[in-house]
Amino acid sequence: MKQYRTHLLVCAGTGCVSSGAFALKDALEKEIAGRGLKDEVLVVTTGCNGFCERGPILIVHPDNIFYQRLTPADVPYLVEEHLLKGRPVPKHMYVPSAGIEPVPRMSDIDFFKHQRLIVLRNRGRIDPEKVEEYIAYDGYEALAKALTAMTPEAVVAEVTASGLRGRGGAGFPTGRKWALCRREKASPKYIICNGDEGDPGAFMDRSVLEADPHAVIEGMVIGAKAIGAAKGFVYIRDEYPLAVARMGIAIGQAKERGLLGENILGSGFDFDLEIVRGAGAFVSGEETALIASIEGQRAFPRQRPPYPAQQGLWGKPTVINNVETWANVASIIRRGAAWFSSLGTETSKGTKIFSLVGKIKNTGLVEVPMGIRLRDIIFGIGGGIPGGREFKAIQIGGPSGGCIPKDLLDLPVDYESLTQAGAMMGSGGMIVMDQDTCMVDIALYFLRFTQEESCGKCAPCRIGTRQMAEILARITAGEGSLEDIKKLETLALTVKQGSLCGLGQTAPNPVLSTLRYFREEYLAHISEKRCPARVCKNLITFFIEPEKCVGCLLCLKNCPANAISGERKKVHVIDQAACIKCGACFNVCPAKIQAVAKYTGEEGRALLDERPAPAEP
Amino acid sequence: MPRKKKTGTVASGTVFPVMKKAAPSPGRTAAREVIGKYGGRKRAVIQVLQDLQERFRWLSVETLEAVALELDVPLAHVYSVATFYKSFSLEPRGRHICTVCMGTACHVRGGTAVLEHFERRLGIPAGQTSPGGEVTLERVNCLGACALAPLAVVDGRYYGQMNESKANEVLKPILAGRDAPPASDKGPVD
Repeated sequence: MKQYRTHLLVCAGTGCVSSGAFALKDALEKEIAGRGLKDEVLVVTTGCNGFCERGPILIVHPDNIFYQRLTPADVPYLVEEHLLKGRPVPKHMYVPSAGIEPVPRMSDIDFFKHQRLIVLRNRGRIDPEKVEEYIAYDGYEALAKALTAMTPEAVVAEVTASGLRGRGGAGFPTGRKWALCRREKASPKYIICNGDEGDPGAFMDRSVLEADPHAVIEGMVIGAKAIGAAKGFVYIRDEYPLAVARMGIAIGQAKERGLLGENILGSGFDFDLEIVRGAGAFVSGEETALIASIEGQRAFPRQRPPYPAQQGLWGKPTVINNVETWANVASIIRRGAAWFSSLGTETSKGTKIFSLVGKIKNTGLVEVPMGIRLRDIIFGIGGGIPGGREFKAIQIGGPSGGCIPKDLLDLPVDYESLTQAGAMMGSGGMIVMDQDTCMVDIALYFLRFTQEESCGKCAPCRIGTRQMAEILARITAGEGSLEDIKKLETLALTVKQGSLCGLGQTAPNPVLSTLRYFREEYLAHISEKRCPARVCKNLITFFIEPEKCVGCLLCLKNCPANAISGERKKVHVIDQAACIKCGACFNVCPAKIQAVAKYTGEEGRALLDERPAPAEP
Repeated sequence: MPRKKKTGTVASGTVFPVMKKAAPSPGRTAAREVIGKYGGRKRAVIQVLQDLQERFRWLSVETLEAVALELDVPLAHVYSVATFYKSFSLEPRGRHICTVCMGTACHVRGGTAVLEHFERRLGIPAGQTSPGGEVTLERVNCLGACALAPLAVVDGRYYGQMNESKANEVLKPILAGRDAPPASDKGPVD
């Protein structure tokens, strides 16, 4: 293999690609060729680095220098300074906050420093389209061990002893699931990877599939050997075209190398893997619904038991695990159950990937040991809330999860603590909310989501989510009554207890958790017709403060409803009757002026009475 | 599993003697081709519909009928699958496709306002195609690119940190009736 003194690792995850990673790569290659560095420097495209918001990202290896938000125009100077003269370029480095020195090394950046990588260990360092690179970092070593030096029973025992639990939501012990399936006599048996990552706000499975597809394949072959399956399926969401493409390439390469297909590694074991693309239905993330979808049916869930481990795909014993769960398996076999279970808490072992998004400074994917405090994730890794705003809540677990308030920031992140707090590990989406997020509106957002995605098979979920969404819509419109809160609570209980599958059973969680921690916001909407976060359109009034307005015409030009009148250097006025409350004026008014204000409740109504809209000329 | 079907009829009782005998329509030929790729397996109905939609941009009644006949499954089954999954469009889609992400991260960063702005600028509500067939506006529940929120995709190209003025820029060529900037990513449209 040819040696290079320096590798330039360009992140080619979905985030960086959309911010121009390929243009950056082309520019780098051209510049390097032009400077005669072609034999010394290699440009490599890697999977998602995790710090998506800073894209496009470039890591210079082995110096471990992290560059962010690069454009092709930055390339000539960067190549000359760093690669020819050996002087890293501070202006493209990460700066924690204004006035602080840039941090050159990736491992010193807060976002990366506190992470513990097992599943994402290869992120940003290998080319996911080259199996050699995966193998170079101990890839397929665990497979060799499982196929040649271990019995299937020993593999199941190792995974059981590691304490690994399902990473897709409910947290069922993986080893127990495998043992259950292994005991079944029926054949053939099947293995499924659930890559139907439907939770809005979570994208770790996409990232793993894009950045390290071989880790998933290796885990699945080991699992197949353990339970005695000869055929497996990787079910990937239709919205993830890049993940489908990379997985396809990886399967092809694994087959070529004898790591998949017939007589794997000469051990006599056969296992074949097929990709199935989802078709846009959130409910197909539920395991029995996903199985129906692979069978070519509508994704309707069915009653359990029997569990898929007993009767799954085509009625045969089937192990179905999530992408992140599969990606843990090889490391467990390679390094041992004792090593894995030394990480985490009593009941939750290992690490978990979270997507840290919303109103947070450092947005991206983070992998942390189980049991870490929420505070350490949000403020330690995430850098806190941008724009000097105040933290209000963190939503964990998607539409099945709940909102956790400030008082519980010291909560350890494990399956049990989160459930107790009214949220859920779910797939690991963490959406940070600040004072400008309305909690009733968030509850409505999730209930509209589940109502739309409910498959309609069982009445409690189909009708219950709709009724709850309608009540919430009424409250956000300022037309709710105190009776509505009671109705919500009763309905929530019915839907929780009466629904057939996880979708319905957890759908009320966003409502219950916001009612538990943010009841006063509901009361403000109902009793005072006030939206404390100034979000709910019916309850807010946009107003231009005459003493602040400089008459720059910006809001006037951007108003889609032509509701603003005024002239250059004269105070602008909003015609309240014509205002559609889109917020365009609020957004475009320059930060140093801030003349557009939002009022709610008594204050807002008083404004309307006091200063009527200008009369028609 | 789908019920066994008599040749030429579907569950609703409609008979297709003409289609069986007539020269194969383009839909029928395409269906046969795609189904062959999946070894004629009945369980591949979702994949078959996906491939056909990629080719024709939408699924017409003729296409669904062709799939039912070629796969030898009831038309009702094909129809139930095509209407259950959101990726399938049973109406023609526009020459340009705009998709606005409605994921949670996008929502808390103002995604709803972005969608409303698209609706106003394009003059159509989400989920519809402009009368001339120029553009379709769609909403999606999450594209998994949450760090870029709020996000919109126009003709396969991702635009992060969307706002009103950025949307105006992006939509300008479409509104002017010209072609949108060429897609930069490798993925299929939307």
